[in-house]
Amino acid sequence: MSDINRQIIACNIADMLEDGMFVNLGVGIPTLISNYISYGKTVLLHGENGCIGQDKVLDNDKLLYDRKEITEWLASHGGKDSDWRRGHRDLNNAGDSFITMIPGASCFDSAMSFAMARGGRLDATVLGGLQIDKYGNLANWMVPGKMINGMGGAMDLVCGAKKVIVAMEHCSKSGAPKIVEECSLPLTAVACVDVVVTELCVMEHKDNKYLVKSISPNTSPDEILSKTEATVVFDTEVKTMRIPPA
Amino acid sequence: MNKIINLKEAVDLIHSGDTVMVGGFTYFGCPLHLLYELADREVDNLTIISEDLGYGGLPYLQGAGVLINNGQVKEAQVSFIGYYPEITEAVKDERLKLTLIPQGTLAERIRAGGSGLGGFYTPVGVGTVVEEGKEIKIINNKKYLLEYPLRADVALIKCKTADHLGNAAFKYTAENFNPLMAMAADLVILETEELVENGAIEPDSVDLPGVFVDKIVLCKDVVI
Repeated sequence: MSDINRQIIACNIADMLEDGMFVNLGVGIPTLISNYISYGKTVLLHGENGCIGQDKVLDNDKLLYDRKEITEWLASHGGKDSDWRRGHRDLNNAGDSFITMIPGASCFDSAMSFAMARGGRLDATVLGGLQIDKYGNLANWMVPGKMINGMGGAMDLVCGAKKVIVAMEHCSKSGAPKIVEECSLPLTAVACVDVVVTELCVMEHKDNKYLVKSISPNTSPDEILSKTEATVVFDTEVKTMRIPPA
Repeated sequence: MNKIINLKEAVDLIHSGDTVMVGGFTYFGCPLHLLYELADREVDNLTIISEDLGYGGLPYLQGAGVLINNGQVKEAQVSFIGYYPEITEAVKDERLKLTLIPQGTLAERIRAGGSGLGGFYTPVGVGTVVEEGKEIKIINNKKYLLEYPLRADVALIKCKTADHLGNAAFKYTAENFNPLMAMAADLVILETEELVENGAIEPDSVDLPGVFVDKIVLCKDVVI
């Protein structure tokens, strides 16, 4: 997926998150969202691996692919000079990036992490998708015969969150619609999707339809209709999506 | 009472055919010293229970996947293998029986196994392949699946600081599955970065009480 599409999706989801909300960010595009949350707004970000209060994602993923560099980084980030403010070798998010945290953050074990998810504490959970359908079903964890990812925490997270936001490109790499009549891939959960944000539009799922709330200035209603298999309707007043500076 | 042993003595306690829980979320909180020592042994037919299997495609940070690449594992029960194309191949070739479990359900099944519970009902997985073969119960007009507890012969866990009784303190997100697994195995081996005198960890800062820990191995250096 092109980087600009990912950034468009991430910044428009960041704009939906309100001050004081408690939100889980999944792996992939959702991990980009924290960089777009505007100053003065406190959104408590949940990492399924056991933390609340992620601040910045440290841009050191490339370290991972150099054995010497990652070893040196780990060795130098476990002592007294390392902490939640500056980054630590024992502090990651669910996407496995090193992170910093905000004052007031907390860490806990995996049972508590998912108890708060299933228990209905999350105001929203944001996760990637391979397919969604008119029933609000979500498929995002495997393509039979090709890819086994495992569901990770996705099934648990969508189960209790007050709002499920799917962040994905509008069509697959081959150009096939990902918003379909009925999912053909193994489901993550049934009737769970509330909102989907793609590089083309923001849509709410309701009554077996997708209601377009805003569209990108780079597209048209016709393009959205042609690239969406499930029924699409347009809100009476369709807003314009924000495009982040390149 | 002396719980402190060295790495070789610790891994001597793991036998072919054992079910082994491995703590960690990828390499965060993962007992890599214990795993890599086990990977050097003639121990096989293992069943691994873990959140994930580490990174594939790298000659390091492999987590419990290193045991699968070695052919030491017959079965794995995990929630995520997205970083590991070699595991997908092992499953396709039927060298490995893989069971995927939603991560929160995995945590709770382990917690149930360690807490003397016979299982629990969860809404997670209803309407998906996860529900296949499971009892469904309607509670307050909502569908739930019956999930059974998980236990293991051995748990390999990792902490930042431990005292001589096995009281353990975890750092940030390196806690994850470690304290849960410590509750759910017959033999619990704790890999710690620091060993301190009893009393050096404030009683209310102990994340895992030492009663759950059988053996302690001090591993100061960073391995990847």
